[in-house]
Amino acid sequence: MIVADQKPIEEILEILAPYKRVLFLGCQSCVAVCMAGGEKEVGLLAAAVRLARAKSGAPIEIAEGAAKRQCDDEFNEPFGPVIQQQEAVLSLACGVGVNKLAERFAIPILPALNTRFFGKVERQGIWKEVCAGCGDCILHLTGGICPIARCAKNLLNGPCGGVRADGTCEVKRDWPCAWVQIIQRLEELGQLERLLSTRMAAKDWSSDRHGGPRRRVREDMLLEA
Amino acid sequence: MNNGFESKIVAFCCHYCAFAAADLAGVLRLKYPPDLRIIRLPCTGKLDTLFLLKAFEKGADGVLVAGCLEGSCHFISGNLRAKKRVLAVKNLLERLGIEKERLEFFNLSSAQGERFAQIAREMTERIAKLGPLRSSGRCPYDRG
Ligand code: SF4
Ligand code: SF4
Repeated sequence: MIVADQKPIEEILEILAPYKRVLFLGCQSCVAVCMAGGEKEVGLLAAAVRLARAKSGAPIEIAEGAAKRQCDDEFNEPFGPVIQQQEAVLSLACGVGVNKLAERFAIPILPALNTRFFGKVERQGIWKEVCAGCGDCILHLTGGICPIARCAKNLLNGPCGGVRADGTCEVKRDWPCAWVQIIQRLEELGQLERLLSTRMAAKDWSSDRHGGPRRRVREDMLLEA
Repeated sequence: MNNGFESKIVAFCCHYCAFAAADLAGVLRLKYPPDLRIIRLPCTGKLDTLFLLKAFEKGADGVLVAGCLEGSCHFISGNLRAKKRVLAVKNLLERLGIEKERLEFFNLSSAQGERFAQIAREMTERIAKLGPLRSSGRCPYDRG
């Protein structure tokens, strides 16, 4: 899922300062699961902001809502009439949701979150990055453990010389070395030989963000001829 | 004691300790200020951060949460979790420009009727010193 953090409340208050009528619109997908921008967080943030604004003598009227998936127009459409009555929308979705709303509605769309990474739940309250969206996946070679996202140096032929005796990363002390994990996993799968007998080829990073903004086209799915 | 206003203090009390202690305080005919509004929870572990913020939003000047003594929670760790949530909201209140002392977490057992009365006095005095949360009294959003 996409993992995000709520911005510091001070920053959110500053972003909202010019507005008196705002819709707080959450998203019920990834950011709800990572407890940053779902319906629940909309309620909490709205209550907090109302309290702060009332206390500072500049009250604000907040409408609350949460789209099933803010990155698709069809789920935002039902909020259209409410949005028309606002001075701005504070989006608690990931950056995609914010971009999407901004494309569709002609009023300021403000971000409440800092969108961070593609991650997994480690346990309740902890999320870890596991894929960096490089666009050319090599997980079949690495036992399902991604060295691009999980090795601090994005090494393709690890581990580096700095790996600690206890299997933690040289750079991130409390982080297991991704390459130690990969080797252990391949050993379990009986596939270590395969890794040792090949050298991972230099990666073509043009499919990553380094190649500029990305776009996906599926000709067979296009509706127009 | 009340500094010229009768404060509104919402007390979220665990059924197994603080709520029973409040009951005991009554049975013992102990006197404590009438500012408290008690809301019974099955366990403070049921406490939702939104309850705390909503209480303030709807006009409370102070909020207290009272759970079992540490190690004695009927549901093992509900009171420890609640305490963490209260600490998080205290931190948030401060950043919102609201005195964090308006919110407090207490531990007590069902046998401590006197302690309950004392907590009620302590909290009422504290809120009296801080004054009302809103000078206008009524929350501008409270249309109900
Ligand atoms: S190799 Fe690329 S696509 Fe595959 S998990 Fe790693 S970053 Fe993601
Ligand atoms: S110790 Fe392991 S995870 Fe850390 S930088 Fe070196 S190879 Fe990568």
